[in-house]
Amino acid sequence: MKKHIQYIFIRTLPVLFAFLFLGMAFGLLLQRAGYNVLWAFFISASVYAGSMQFVLIPFLGTEASIFTVILMTLSINCRHIFYGLSFIEKFKRMGKAYPYMIFSLTDETYSLLCSTKIPADLDEKKVFFGIALFTHVYWIAGSVAGSLAGELITFDTTGIEFAMTALFVVIFIEQWLSSKNHIPAVAGLLCAVVSLLIFGPGSFILPALIASIAIIMAFKNSIQNKEAVI
Amino acid sequence: MTGFAYDAVIVLTVAVCTFLTRFFPFALFGRKQQPHPLVSYIGKTLPPAVMAVLVVYCLKSMQFTSLPAFAPQCIGIAVVAALHVWKRNFLLSIGAGTVCYMALVQVVFR
Repeated sequence: MKKHIQYIFIRTLPVLFAFLFLGMAFGLLLQRAGYNVLWAFFISASVYAGSMQFVLIPFLGTEASIFTVILMTLSINCRHIFYGLSFIEKFKRMGKAYPYMIFSLTDETYSLLCSTKIPADLDEKKVFFGIALFTHVYWIAGSVAGSLAGELITFDTTGIEFAMTALFVVIFIEQWLSSKNHIPAVAGLLCAVVSLLIFGPGSFILPALIASIAIIMAFKNSIQNKEAVI
Repeated sequence: MTGFAYDAVIVLTVAVCTFLTRFFPFALFGRKQQPHPLVSYIGKTLPPAVMAVLVVYCLKSMQFTSLPAFAPQCIGIAVVAALHVWKRNFLLSIGAGTVCYMALVQVVFR
């Protein structure tokens, strides 16, 4: 058990930094909007979606229609539709933790789970569940801390959010180095840049992912002849 | 409905919709013993594409109009990438890259 916790803690350390900071930013903004630490706790525990929670703040206290809220949530989180595809079989094997694994499949958890090669002496199910739980707790802890003490931080934290970018870059490189076929990686990069230029920063992710899947399917034969990526 | 209750309904709605987006592929393909080969194929090959999209997502506000609007990001990523190819140590690459980026935006390109 101790070995598992140690391993999970080290693997999730980059997300700890990023989530404590982003979570605190969320808690602080929520506090300033007039919602106390209980709201920070329950929103971070139940929604658990970084960018969506920031978008949610200005909706609180308004008479926004539920329909608008639904549309907003679906359009911001629709990229998550694709994340589960990589874990259908693995999550099904996790028994009681199955719904929780689906609930906690954020960008960061997805990235960590994709990039984790479980050492032979550890149990994959425990490591997967631990990664999901630890990162969720970091996020809640960050939000609560930001809500309670965000105003007290005096040192300059500008730029600390780069930890998230760095995490995605590192995982991208890991996957690049460990796979012989680079078509999916290049497709993702090209589609993202082209889609960003066409659709702008607000709505480029979904077209980019759909185009990437189309390219991956078009090159199925040449990709499958080499080794699988995960 | 009072403000408090309505806020709670909004939060709950966001929570449920977020879960539904994550649940979608499992609802669609999770019931069968074995998902369709094409679905497992996409699931296996998609992660590098998603990572690339997420990296671009993090850089989406980068602009090439002035040096401080793109140099810190580019240098930061170069440091992360070089360190990672060299040592392949997650914490070192992410930690050093982030500190370097913070120094760039706070001191060098302020």
